Amino acid sequence: MNIFVFVKRVPDTESKIRINHEKRTIVEEGLNFVLNPYDEYAVEEALRLREAKGGKVTVLSVGAEESLVILKKCLAMGADEAFLLKDDTPETYDGLRMAKIIARALEKKFSDYSLLLFGKQSMGADNAQVPSMVAELLGLPQVNVVTKLEIEGNKGIAHREIEGALEKVSFSLPAVISAQKGLNEPRYETLKGIMMAKRKEIPILSFEDLDLKEEDIVPLLEMTKVESPPPRKAGKIIEEEPEEAVKKMVEFLHQEAKVI
Amino acid sequence: MILVFIEAREGKVKKSSLEALSEGKRRADDLNTEANAVLVGHNLENLASEVLPYGASKVYVLENSLLSHYSAAGFSKALFSLVEEIKPEVILFSASSMGKDLAPRLAAKLGVSLASDCTRTNWREGKLEVVRPIFAGKAFATLTFKSSPQMATLRPNVFPLVEPEKRGGEVIKKEVVIPEDQIKAQVLEILREEGAELDVTEAEIVVSGGRGMKGPEKFDLLRELTSLLPHSAVGASRSAVDAGWIDHQHQVGQTGKTVSPNLYIAFGISGAIQHLAGMSSSKYIIAVNKDPEASIFKVADFGVVADLFQVIPFLKKELKKVLSE
Repeated sequence: MNIFVFVKRVPDTESKIRINHEKRTIVEEGLNFVLNPYDEYAVEEALRLREAKGGKVTVLSVGAEESLVILKKCLAMGADEAFLLKDDTPETYDGLRMAKIIARALEKKFSDYSLLLFGKQSMGADNAQVPSMVAELLGLPQVNVVTKLEIEGNKGIAHREIEGALEKVSFSLPAVISAQKGLNEPRYETLKGIMMAKRKEIPILSFEDLDLKEEDIVPLLEMTKVESPPPRKAGKIIEEEPEEAVKKMVEFLHQEAKVI
Repeated sequence: MILVFIEAREGKVKKSSLEALSEGKRRADDLNTEANAVLVGHNLENLASEVLPYGASKVYVLENSLLSHYSAAGFSKALFSLVEEIKPEVILFSASSMGKDLAPRLAAKLGVSLASDCTRTNWREGKLEVVRPIFAGKAFATLTFKSSPQMATLRPNVFPLVEPEKRGGEVIKKEVVIPEDQIKAQVLEILREEGAELDVTEAEIVVSGGRGMKGPEKFDLLRELTSLLPHSAVGASRSAVDAGWIDHQHQVGQTGKTVSPNLYIAFGISGAIQHLAGMSSSKYIIAVNKDPEASIFKVADFGVVADLFQVIPFLKKELKKVLSE
């Protein structure tokens, strides 16, 4: 099975986000960047499928050269190959632009795919758009927010999380799958893996290599403002005996918040 | 004209779709134009009457037996043909599980960009302008569109419903053509946990527990509270989920779900940044924690510094009293 996993470099979840109002963007300085946690589940699932069924795991990232670090991590986890599609454009929050780049890369350079794995969303942009858009552009079935995946021959069954339930979905390969937390427990890199990863080259592809022109991937969303969330007003904090505290809490709920 | 996708699950119209329609109606009224709704499926005509009171001038019902189960490919194909025909300027979805799956597929088919999970909409110089959280609500981005139709998904539980009233409105049924071989992914069945609770993203009250809960069995205390409170669900912090005390479906925060309920009650949750990001847009927040320095108190409207295990029994008693009145 020829599996491709798409990964992104994102600020870790403990990051405090500061805003550059003039540039309408977040301040990247001082942030700690990691492999998008949902992508980690996708990489792990790809490795498990390869271990069970054979085949090859290729990891791709679209972004600046800093993304080489997360690609190295994927190689150290056990991926066979990694490629960087170099894109120095700052985050556009436009899922369609990213999907067009990925779909073009697959068509031009990696057309022999059987499974395309993504994280269900990238931390930060929080769009959850790219997997479905890639599926549409390539005419593939999609199953998003997957917590269980089984592949048998050229068919698969996935559990997809919906509100308070799971959808059991059957699909044919090639297909697009996006991973949700719970799909698996990602492995740590081993020392051996890290040493092997160090020796592996990560080829860098440019938009020219994909026959992509800037005008094909102009962002179609315009960010006119970025703001911090409105601060919450300081509330009442009480330190009293539980029974008394609860009476006041319920009074607050009933009379002030009017929630009950 | 604004077109709003209405989601039907198991023969019921989803409330979050009606919220999206209500918002569509408000924006349509601003410009003296129409808000129309669209249902996609098989034998759904009878649901149109549930949609009309929320302000749809027309309800399109796209019908094909292949659409009796949801599939992104089938539904987007049906919607695409309607959009081509009626050419709306704006298309809105609820950012429900289905909306998040379907809207990007339709957007890519139309070759337009999409704004996900918006929390505000308005017009600027005749064009739609939306606000959406990024970094799980650590920041908010304002966006406008350079492609048309302008497409957005709207976060559930944020947009108020319009007062339902008897309005006129037309129901237009259309048979759509779906080539069977285009549906390469199909829902076989819906697996529901026994005694399944409401999803945290849909609940009006979320009762959450963190590391202070001390163990999986203690989450039963929170379930007892949600059994008393209407439209409520049990949530959890990442540390409680990672400890294996409760399923990740319940996790609130940056690697879990972002919620905006009317009321969020946090028991034994310290308030890590990634958790606050997922719940600080709740209308009211109550926190119970032994540690007076816990960060959760910085966002709480009402905080109690106390042992949660002493608080919960009294709370159950008081709630029963108030709710029976």
